[in-house]
Amino acid sequence: MTKIEAVIQNSKLEAVKTALQEIGVEGMTVLEVRGHGRQKGHTEVYRGREYSVDLIPKTKIEMVLADAMVEKAVQAILGAARTGKIGDGKIFLSRVDEAIRIRNEERGEGAL
Amino acid sequence: MGQRLVAVGVTAVLILILTPNLSAQAAANSVPDTAARLARLERQATDAKSSADNAWMLTSAALVLMMTGPGLALFYSGLVRKKNVLGTMMQSFALMAVVTILWGLFGYSLCFGSGNSFIGGLENLFLKGVGAAPDPSYAATIPAQTFMVYQLMFAIITPSLIAGAFAERMKFSAMLIFTVLWSIIVYDPMAHMVWGKGGLLNASLGGKFPTLDFAGGTVVHVTSGVSALVCALYLGKRLGYPKQSMVPHSVVLSFIGACLLWVGWFGFNAGSALAAGSLATSAFVATHFAAASAAVGWAAAEWLRNGKASVLGGISGAVAGLVAITPASGFVKPMPAMMIGLIAGVFCYWMVSKVKSRFGYDDSLDAFGVHGAGGTLGAILTGVFAVSSVNPILKDTQSNTIASGLLEGNAYQLLNQLIGVSIAWGLAIVGTLAILKVVDLTVGLRVSTEEEVQGLDLSQHGEEGYYWETSA
Repeated sequence: MTKIEAVIQNSKLEAVKTALQEIGVEGMTVLEVRGHGRQKGHTEVYRGREYSVDLIPKTKIEMVLADAMVEKAVQAILGAARTGKIGDGKIFLSRVDEAIRIRNEERGEGAL
Repeated sequence: MGQRLVAVGVTAVLILILTPNLSAQAAANSVPDTAARLARLERQATDAKSSADNAWMLTSAALVLMMTGPGLALFYSGLVRKKNVLGTMMQSFALMAVVTILWGLFGYSLCFGSGNSFIGGLENLFLKGVGAAPDPSYAATIPAQTFMVYQLMFAIITPSLIAGAFAERMKFSAMLIFTVLWSIIVYDPMAHMVWGKGGLLNASLGGKFPTLDFAGGTVVHVTSGVSALVCALYLGKRLGYPKQSMVPHSVVLSFIGACLLWVGWFGFNAGSALAAGSLATSAFVATHFAAASAAVGWAAAEWLRNGKASVLGGISGAVAGLVAITPASGFVKPMPAMMIGLIAGVFCYWMVSKVKSRFGYDDSLDAFGVHGAGGTLGAILTGVFAVSSVNPILKDTQSNTIASGLLEGNAYQLLNQLIGVSIAWGLAIVGTLAILKVVDLTVGLRVSTEEEVQGLDLSQHGEEGYYWETSA
């Protein structure tokens, strides 16, 4: 089982969700985050004083998938989230030791 | 025979009983004399005027209270960080209660009792003698109680303004003690000097240095604004200022507050006419035009300097204009009012953007930049633009009306304005410094570092302003 963490532009959330649903991904967790990679922030002027805002609002999607699904999901995210500009985000993959469904204690890929 | 006697007797008795009533009615139906009717009409006209004046003055009092709560409370708390929103609101709200009590006990007496040139006496302690009958020295057509409660609202908002300077770092207990002392030591004498019987600066009651201050440019804005500067310098900067970003957590709240201030200011300025006549209208109009042009002035200055006009700039500009027109409102015509507003908008923008960063003091919410500087500017410009055709307030020794301001031909009045402003500055600086020292030595002024990081809401009041966690 693999965990996919994708940090994407806020405006791309709907597109990514739709693309994932179309390929059969049934569960995900969405978080509102702030951060930056190489993308610079912006400057605000308040009472004549300049402040640089370098933590930019982003959206993070997390999901744990069966290994067979992973590459399809990654392609779906890439296709939906890309604009071609700096700030598009990143995808991280990591190994998951176990998954358990709380309702009936089902374990393994069946719990996903 | 006996029956006829009874009938005659009853008839006679009836006639005797009824005749006086009948004749009285006849007398009443005759035309009452003209003098009596005239006297009755005059009484009715005076009563009508009194009713109109009193209605307007009570409304004005309500408007001015609204300026503090929620006007100023919202304006200020929107500008601070989220963790201090309630603490900032509490500073305004607590004063609505505390100053009221002080006022009722002795504050009104110290301001408007007879006393001497500098402070009133104690003849109105516990509001003794302040009832339904008018006090002709102040306002001949409204109950003295109306005048008292109207002035109370000014006493409330003035110390509330100072909170803008020590926002986000003053202990609540210290603020309460500071305000009580400040009201007595700074506000009451200043109000007495400008508006009280025998006051040194009172233009309408024969003060030695008549200062034209219609609604409180010196009494309210200069005193609070300058005190604010003293507080900001004495307390020191907020942790992390100026490097750390401390942007307003809600310009939306500030916007609502500023609009309430604009509307409430009609009570502040036009109500200072103490009657519902044409002077109130004139002050109302001057107030509104100054606010408008000042908003434009500040926004334009910002647009030129930063490339964008911000909402915060626009509303700050409006407030600056309202501050500057406060002393002038009952003395100037609409076009000069617009001019005063425009100058104030640009000047105050320069004060808070250039001058503040140049000198580095942390006047968190620009109480000095807007109220202190704007009030000083307005008081001086009053001496320039005041005309006796709007308000024939200045008289010579033969009680003839003389020119009010520079453009009308009275250059000397500018000197009086400067004297009034200087006294306000001096009293504010000396008084505030003394009080800060005393409070610092007793309870301590500033919250601890941990409390400042945690925020006033939690550390001082045990509350959170917004509890938007999802909970079932």
